[in-house]
Amino acid sequence: MIQIEHVSKWYGDFHVLKDCSTSVAKGEVVVVCGPSGSGKSTLIKCVNGLEPFQEGTISVNETSVGDAGTNLPQLRSRIGMVFQNFELFPHITVADNIKLGQVKVLNRGDDEATDRSMVLLKRVGLEDQADKHPAQLSGGQQQRVAIARALAMDPIAMLFDEPTSALDPEMINEVLDVMVELAQEGMTMMVVTHEMGFARKVADRVIFMDEGRIEEDATKEDFFGTPRGERAQLFLSKILQH
Amino acid sequence: MSGGFDWNVIFKHIPFLWEGMQVTFLLTFLAILGGILGGTLLALCRLSKFSSLAWFGGSYVNFFRSMPLILVIFWFYFLVPMLLGRPVGSFYSVLIAFTLFEAAYYCEIIRAGISSIGQGQVQAAKAIGLTYQQSMRYIVLPQAFRNMVPILLTQGIILFQDTSLVYVVGLKDFLVTADIVANRDNRLIEMYSTVAFVYFVLCLLGSLGVRRLQRKYAL
Repeated sequence: MIQIEHVSKWYGDFHVLKDCSTSVAKGEVVVVCGPSGSGKSTLIKCVNGLEPFQEGTISVNETSVGDAGTNLPQLRSRIGMVFQNFELFPHITVADNIKLGQVKVLNRGDDEATDRSMVLLKRVGLEDQADKHPAQLSGGQQQRVAIARALAMDPIAMLFDEPTSALDPEMINEVLDVMVELAQEGMTMMVVTHEMGFARKVADRVIFMDEGRIEEDATKEDFFGTPRGERAQLFLSKILQH
Repeated sequence: MSGGFDWNVIFKHIPFLWEGMQVTFLLTFLAILGGILGGTLLALCRLSKFSSLAWFGGSYVNFFRSMPLILVIFWFYFLVPMLLGRPVGSFYSVLIAFTLFEAAYYCEIIRAGISSIGQGQVQAAKAIGLTYQQSMRYIVLPQAFRNMVPILLTQGIILFQDTSLVYVVGLKDFLVTADIVANRDNRLIEMYSTVAFVYFVLCLLGSLGVRRLQRKYAL
């Protein structure tokens, strides 16, 4: 479903992505990990065109992301994205956060959008928070709303950019639980995270990135089981210690 | 009575002074409205990824910010009738001058306001499929204006005071009507003191209002 082929990206002189190629099949859950600054967030943001790239091609459901003629807003509306810092819209209520895209992008009627929002809020366990503003919610709650906001667009795939790394430890699981459920329902997911527990539980494949390069691209069993590159070993030993 | 003060002159001429005040208010209100609209468009130009638009916005702002306001008022007083080929009256020429001049200042305020909205919000708006216009309209500008309310109002208070410059083209605003009365009845001290007092009170009220809003919107 997502094809990434020979993608390179520069910020000025800084070569942030180096010839990255991988793919995510329908229903597959791919975890992307690696040290900070390795380009994993940049790579995932290239998938829905939030970040432009200079070389290579990315296509989602046969639509080329980098193509000048591609209707990016339309493409993005089909790909859900969850950010590290939640990025809920602070000036409108939780319910309106989930409704906005449905009404303005999908042209759903107000009643339909409200109903769908409530169903999704219930699903993430926040139906009683609909009328609050984002700032009144905890980080974990905000991130669950953000997931509901993305799901409201009926996405064909979901991108997660370090969804739990801005959360207090006691809130991480409430967000991961929602993500695990999604994965088990067959959602196609690309997840940048250091949560190896999540990877072990639901990932089909794990990608390890370092200095802009995809160093490992292996099935979960191979990644955690058999010997692999030195850098990946070092990285794993560091984050699995605690 | 010569030599003594006669404050009655004010009350006698309240209807006339009120006419002038209405001109002042109307001009201030319309110029703020036009200035914010124009300033928003200019700010979007300046922040645009299209270099020609950014260049236009930047040049516009730099041009008007290096002109004395009084010169702009004069200029449009003579220029607008020439361009249109018919007289438009001092009110409209002054309104155009103020709107275009203030747009440059509002542009810079609004540009700063838009820039204060983090890139994350813009990306989140894009990520749910909003177009550039939609993300500006529903996400960025509502938040930016909320942050900007105090400084926009402060600029409005400055504009309110600046409207008194219209006396150079003979538009009868509050100051000019007071001036007419002052000279005709030879009550200069009384009238000018009154004008000063009224401006002071109105601006003070404005500032207090700004402070209240600041507290209300403080995050």
